[in-house]
Amino acid sequence: MTAGTDPRVPPVAAGDAGGAEGSPAGAAGALDVSVKQVRREQLHQLVRSKPFLVGALILLWWIVCAIFGTSFAPYSATAANIVSTQLAPSAAHWFGTNDVGEDVLSRVIVGARDILEIAPLATLFGTVVGTTIGLAQGYLRGAFDMIVGRIVDAALSLPTVIVAFLFVVAVGPSTFTLIMVIGFVFSLIIARTVRTAVLGERDLDYIAAARLRGESVLHVMFVEILPNVLGPIIVEFTVRLGYAIFTIATLSFLGFGVQLPTPDWGADIAVNSNYLAAGYWWETLFPALAIASLVIAINLIGDSIEAVLVQ
Amino acid sequence: MAPYVLKRIGLALITLVLLSMIIFFAGQVLPGNAGRAILGPFASQQAVITLDHKLGVDRSLIVQYWSWAIGILHGNLGTSYQQQAPVSSFIFPYIGRSLKLAAFAFVIVVPLSILGGVVAALNRGNVVDRVLSTTSLSLSTVPEFVSGVVVIVVFALGLKVLPVSANAPPGASFLVQLKYLILPAIPLVFILFGYIARMARAGTIEALDSDYVRTATLKGLPRWVVIRRHVLRNSLLPTITVIATQTGYLIGGLVVIEKLFVYPGIGTLIVTAATDKDFPTLEAGVLFIGIVYLSATLIADILYTMLNPRIRLGSAE
Repeated sequence: MTAGTDPRVPPVAAGDAGGAEGSPAGAAGALDVSVKQVRREQLHQLVRSKPFLVGALILLWWIVCAIFGTSFAPYSATAANIVSTQLAPSAAHWFGTNDVGEDVLSRVIVGARDILEIAPLATLFGTVVGTTIGLAQGYLRGAFDMIVGRIVDAALSLPTVIVAFLFVVAVGPSTFTLIMVIGFVFSLIIARTVRTAVLGERDLDYIAAARLRGESVLHVMFVEILPNVLGPIIVEFTVRLGYAIFTIATLSFLGFGVQLPTPDWGADIAVNSNYLAAGYWWETLFPALAIASLVIAINLIGDSIEAVLVQ
Repeated sequence: MAPYVLKRIGLALITLVLLSMIIFFAGQVLPGNAGRAILGPFASQQAVITLDHKLGVDRSLIVQYWSWAIGILHGNLGTSYQQQAPVSSFIFPYIGRSLKLAAFAFVIVVPLSILGGVVAALNRGNVVDRVLSTTSLSLSTVPEFVSGVVVIVVFALGLKVLPVSANAPPGASFLVQLKYLILPAIPLVFILFGYIARMARAGTIEALDSDYVRTATLKGLPRWVVIRRHVLRNSLLPTITVIATQTGYLIGGLVVIEKLFVYPGIGTLIVTAATDKDFPTLEAGVLFIGIVYLSATLIADILYTMLNPRIRLGSAE
């Protein structure tokens, strides 16, 4: 994995590494340093970009809510109270209360937990599986590439949410199912991206050299090619993370994600939106704003990372 | 060009068959025992076996898939577990209502997003461009039901200019019906606006940078004529492809919007079928969405080929 072990690395992510140092034929050690320098420079650029900072701050807030939410939320998120149902926002209940008298602010705070647990795990799972499939497709080509490619096309001929919905309905919703199903669907999309990136690498000299050296197929795929296609994979990970949140929230809203009474933004919107017409807007609007802020934050982060890596 | 079109149609058919297998697998195989799912955990084993036999789910998978697929080709979409009636006897009004909503959203979003993309491109790099691009991208990443909630709160509850419900009273005129569909259409417009506008922007910028546009400008044509005659004609080509592809996603987004607005379309039908474990109805609905999406992609490909002179003339030789 480490770029230092491979002196021929012209990483996609750090495309200007060779150029910055002049001749790429320099000593292995020098190039190693330059790759590290580029990475540090990219990190500096990232931290200086405003969209990234805004996104990171919002995300950090929701992570804090997910981990410590239960201890600083003003009320218990699942404490129903039949005497104080459907209260409008007030000093006692900043975001009001819902149809069973639960405090909406507390449910919004604690509701960050499940989605922030499932989305990263599903995306990670999808990235690992998708990268493996894509590497194999791009490097091996032939019948394997064609058959997998057709299956990917077929599965992606439906909107992601619908495919995930179909499978979650069939298997029954649980945290584990959600991670597996969303991860699986995303792995197909990621495989497509990785395959394309690998196609650009497979005919380069360092691959031929490794093959002549007698390296195994797995070694070429994971040790030689993988470090050079990490850039697109990282970008794909952040983009998919945003979509994972989109998908989980949508599945919860449809009744097949996180199950009540666990506080969850999508599920809360599904239940509370029945009372929208009666004018009880707060119990629906605040969870909706929570989802919007989280999705937009992750996209701001993703866009900034992509801008730094691709430039 | 004909061989290319035929090849595309062939590939689409293969994809459709694979898709039907995936849907069949998810709908018939994964849920496990259909009889048990319908009768619940307390029914006797004998009753489950009898029902399984009646439904035909005790046959081998290949036989089941074959009879399901043949049935669909003959217009038999299966029998709904819940309604005890053929799916084909009630699914079409739902599809019709969904298409009405989708068509309405489509008619709004296409001119609006192309205009947005072209305006952004003409203002490339300045505030207008940045505001347009950032807003549209943010809007297209927020789930439909989230923006749906926000527009309901703002326009129906706050400003009180539009109804909360999507269902016009029976016998309402066409215009009144449209008024009820405005709010549900807005979130769909939000999602699609970003993609189409981005393509229109990219296409316009590419055309603006081209030699023929510089020539047209240097020859002294007024700016508006240059844009209309030279820029737009060339820049909208890739946009057409995106528009057609997004049609499929439009139908997918309906599932969520119809639930939020309690609108009886194909999405509501699918979600209800899923909740009731009515797998034949669910499969038929999902297959319909898949077919719409595949057709849209196919039409996009063919349109692009027909409209692009490089491909059209290139293969005619």
